[in-house]
Amino acid sequence: MTARTGTRRVSQRLFLGASAAVMGAYAALLLAMLAAMVLYTSPAALVQTFQSREIRHAAALSLVTSTIAAIVSLWVAVPTGYLLARFRFPGKRLLDLLFDIPILLPPLVVGIALLIMFRTIPGRWFEGSVFLVTYETPAIILAQFTVACAFAVRTMRVTFEGIDPRMEDVARTLGCSRGSAFFHVTLREARPGVIAAGTLAWARALGEFGPVLVFAGTTRMKTEVLPTSVFLEWNLGEIEGALAVSILLVLIAVVVLGATRMLGLPRGGL
Amino acid sequence: MIRVDGLSLRVGSFALSGVTFEVPDGGYAVLMGATGSGKTCLIEAICGLRPISDGRIEVGNRRVERLDPADRGIGYVPQDGALFPAMTVREQVELPLRVRKVRRAEVRARAGQVAEMLGIEAIMSRTPRGLSGGERQRVALARAMVFQPGVICLDEPFSALDEPTRLGMYDMIESLRRRTGMTALHVTHSSDEAQRLGDIVLRLEHGHVNSRPNPSLNNASRA
Repeated sequence: MTARTGTRRVSQRLFLGASAAVMGAYAALLLAMLAAMVLYTSPAALVQTFQSREIRHAAALSLVTSTIAAIVSLWVAVPTGYLLARFRFPGKRLLDLLFDIPILLPPLVVGIALLIMFRTIPGRWFEGSVFLVTYETPAIILAQFTVACAFAVRTMRVTFEGIDPRMEDVARTLGCSRGSAFFHVTLREARPGVIAAGTLAWARALGEFGPVLVFAGTTRMKTEVLPTSVFLEWNLGEIEGALAVSILLVLIAVVVLGATRMLGLPRGGL
Repeated sequence: MIRVDGLSLRVGSFALSGVTFEVPDGGYAVLMGATGSGKTCLIEAICGLRPISDGRIEVGNRRVERLDPADRGIGYVPQDGALFPAMTVREQVELPLRVRKVRRAEVRARAGQVAEMLGIEAIMSRTPRGLSGGERQRVALARAMVFQPGVICLDEPFSALDEPTRLGMYDMIESLRRRTGMTALHVTHSSDEAQRLGDIVLRLEHGHVNSRPNPSLNNASRA
């Protein structure tokens, strides 16, 4: 072994060691946080939380609204991400910036903006003529969707940018229209990205708090979702209750995301 | 038959102007030219993947320059095959027939015939990952031929293959020509490849195409 080879091996080990240390430190922080939550909560508080009718309603509402928000987010993010990735058009940069606003804005501001939007003339007309949104279940979904969709759009754009556009060109010479080339070839190649965008949007929607609190309120058995349950319990001084609801939130997220990733992705994906 | 008449196109500062040539039915033309001379641009324009500013393109006595790539009746084999990573070989070969709403039994039969011709029956259930370079090009060729297009355009299909594989592919192309009478336009850098496969040698220089019969060829013996 020459001195140069030896130096290179040491350098490689240092690089890998440093990377592993950084990764390990972040994982340790998250594990410590979860452990603190679990250790601070008594089993009795957990049981009491899981048996509470209000919390069960909030959990069910959280699951339903975040799933709807994630599905609608994907429905919007797939064509939007595709257009942003594949085409040049006037105003593209502005649109790109616009789609980042829900990510950049403080969540509370998103809620305030939605609330004000439904106080304008078109917003009032919509609520008077179509259906009520503010402080109702649709408000939860719209608040979750507004933020979650921005993350889904970003993910889908990166996904489509990573797929060689020549695949579609070749598909078009094989007899596909632009649309069928997209559905037969591109969307199929984008499947891991669609799953990533969907799970990201769902997780984001499930944990959404600020906009939901402002725009939908926190009425028990009506518009209370798990993140707002944590807030209510905390405000009542029920720290154990708040932590128990948080643990329930984590458990739901881990089970659903784990199952989605196991079923939807090749080994080692995402 | 493929006839290109007065084709012009511009890509940035690069331009092709008044490109004219013809490949008769059953003919095999090889298109040569220096790197950057516009061979790929030309073949993409013929396939409908690049807009042209002027000229006409005929495939089998049908003008196609305004048609969508899907309607031109041209099978296209790009340089690296551009196989679809998420599809099995069978799915890729059957795709052109499925999008044309061919009956399922006929799809299976025609895909099977092409797979047999190209020697890819054993890999039909595999995805492109792990296929050798030669296998990938056979699959790309099967996919481009299965819908029986009037013309096949091949863009340096064998440039990344090792010599034994490349020689095997030449044999396969010659066998396909005997069995199907295919009309082809084949881009290559290799003079050996041009001499071995082409009836007609087209040379793209300074935006124009010069056409001549392959001097080293006894056409009668190929027919």
